[in-house]
Amino acid sequence: MRFSMLTASAVALIAVAATSAQAQTTLTIGTVNNSDMIRMQGLTPEFEKAHPDIKLNWVTLEENILRQRVTTDIATGGGQFDVMTIGTYEVPIWAKQEWLKPLDGLGDEYDVDDLIPAIRSALSNDGKLYAAPFYAESVLTLYRKDLFEKAGLTMPEKPTWDFIAEAAEKVTDKDAGVYGICLRGKPGWGENMGFLGNMAREFGANYFDADWKPQFESEGWKKAVTLYVDLMTKYGPPGAASNGFNENLQLFGQGKCGMWIDASVAASFVTDPKQSQVPDQVGFGAAPCGIEGCPNDGFNWLWAWSLAIPNSSQKAEAAQTFISWATSKEYLELVAEKEGWANVPPGTRTSLYENPKYTEAAPFAGATLNAIQHADPSPTDDKPYYGLQFAAIPEFQGLGTAVGQQMAAALSGSTSVEQALSQAQAIATREMTRGGYIKN
Amino acid sequence: MARNVSTGRKIGTTALAWFVGLVIFFPILWTFLTSFKTELQAISIPPVFVGFDWTLENYQTIQTQSNYFHFMANSIYLSLGSTALGLIVAVPAAWAMAFSPTKRTKDILLWMLSTKMLPAVGVLIPVYLMFIKFGLLDSRLGLIVVLFLINLPIIVWMLYTYFKEIPGEILEAARMDGASLRKEITQVLAPMAVPGIASTVLLNVILSWNEAFWTLNLTTSNAAPLTAFIASFSSPQGNFYAKLSAASMLAIAPILIVGWFSQKQLVRGLTFGAVK
Repeated sequence: MRFSMLTASAVALIAVAATSAQAQTTLTIGTVNNSDMIRMQGLTPEFEKAHPDIKLNWVTLEENILRQRVTTDIATGGGQFDVMTIGTYEVPIWAKQEWLKPLDGLGDEYDVDDLIPAIRSALSNDGKLYAAPFYAESVLTLYRKDLFEKAGLTMPEKPTWDFIAEAAEKVTDKDAGVYGICLRGKPGWGENMGFLGNMAREFGANYFDADWKPQFESEGWKKAVTLYVDLMTKYGPPGAASNGFNENLQLFGQGKCGMWIDASVAASFVTDPKQSQVPDQVGFGAAPCGIEGCPNDGFNWLWAWSLAIPNSSQKAEAAQTFISWATSKEYLELVAEKEGWANVPPGTRTSLYENPKYTEAAPFAGATLNAIQHADPSPTDDKPYYGLQFAAIPEFQGLGTAVGQQMAAALSGSTSVEQALSQAQAIATREMTRGGYIKN
Repeated sequence: MARNVSTGRKIGTTALAWFVGLVIFFPILWTFLTSFKTELQAISIPPVFVGFDWTLENYQTIQTQSNYFHFMANSIYLSLGSTALGLIVAVPAAWAMAFSPTKRTKDILLWMLSTKMLPAVGVLIPVYLMFIKFGLLDSRLGLIVVLFLINLPIIVWMLYTYFKEIPGEILEAARMDGASLRKEITQVLAPMAVPGIASTVLLNVILSWNEAFWTLNLTTSNAAPLTAFIASFSSPQGNFYAKLSAASMLAIAPILIVGWFSQKQLVRGLTFGAVK
């Protein structure tokens, strides 16, 4: 009797083990290398403990390689990835192409209404969510409090470009190796155009008007680019035409920039003593505006690294379980518990910004939330596309980079601002006509 | 017969050779030094040369972040596999072209080389679709075949030039003595062409080891070699130079060591046939 009981339970155990081994699903997740993602990889065991039937397989690649790799796979239906990391640029385009599965199984606990509305709208198409935000960013004016104090300057709540120009002049001390302002100059749709597209918006100009006609020769673009080149030539670091986000991060971290207007995620790097020589001296201002009265609403940029499921994945259910975990409130708490509140991925959930523990640990929280809340990427009457610092159409990558090269040429002085903008207009008009947006 | 060269000139040439050597070697040296710095030191201006606190932190981080040995094993499989496959096809091909050329041999050689002129990305989608069809995505076998094919023209060309140096009369004599075709190739031709074959093998192993387009585009994780390992340490937002340098050092270390030990063979093979 005893023996048969033992045998029976052993058989049962083996059966359970066998089925669980059989049912185990391995998810392949394509991602970029940034500190929040690396942190999540480190927390893999926590997820696998809670979901023993799912195993995670991380594939980390350089951003551009990942984009190319994932696009090839998704366009050919290769099915190599079950979850992928994409940005707000890709989501509207890919959702429209029916390349992504709608995320309708995130679970009751997920609280989708807690996602910051601007982000949720950026990741939805026809009211359906196609990607879940992992971390999001907008734009901030980072400045050196000590240098501002020395120059007798106070950062206004809503700085104007006139103020920025004045401050750049006062703070610059080239003999001491301090440059008043550092901005992106490296050509690329996600590099200098990310900044300049946003700056042009601050002067009231978009990439295209309601009829998809490029706007590079409009007043707003002229004002923005003229000021940009002027500021960078007078008060910027040498060789600025090859500086991107990372180069400026280094310059600012070494105390060589008075101001730096860039993605809000920069705030967490420059306040980290391990990565910056001026961690205690950084102030956070709003993005500047160029129009009288400063109607700041909707003028900020918006970007969210998000998790989505390609249509070719055979493991959509498990993939949704993972995405639900990775972008949940519980995940934020888990990171806080293991690594501290300052390391929680920012910008996605309203509840995070209501949590005093977070706002205390992250001095830039208020400025970041404010910037994100004022960013609405939806199309409007005079702007037919999704996106603020980019236009979410497939042609934009190529077009934006070609225009970016013209802007870098203007910055380095090899061409004039007028020439660069008229070249940009010509390039963009040709591409948009070829793409069928402009009808002859 | 050696020429008489003045001591001054000797010193001059030696100094110049050292200088050029150092310039060429400098990027590797700099990567090596950077891999032992902290991220802050790695980007500091003016750059620090040796006077920094050496740290193994980057190597440690890399180990915890990804499994180096998995990537390295794949690199070894891919480079050796594709080279072995290449030799099996290229030795008979080069033998035929060198010893029984026809009117069209030169054209065929040139045509083969012309496939190298096509930008790889132009055939990415067709190759990708074939890989899906045959279930070869992210498999070592699929990549070995691709690497073998892209390097094949180079292997054939190299072997062809080495074989051309071997007098046809020797093979004829062997044939007169009754050697079979197989014996002719394995016992007469191959031993004489060893330096050439050795340098072909080395060069192809290096080329396959460093190949970064197909290995990145056709793999995800199972078959991903060291190129994917390096690519995973470049970061769009944040400092990464020290960690990337450490990853690069780990990726090139095996091939650097192999290259170091086989230097003599490599140089002899590469200049073989050039000097008469």
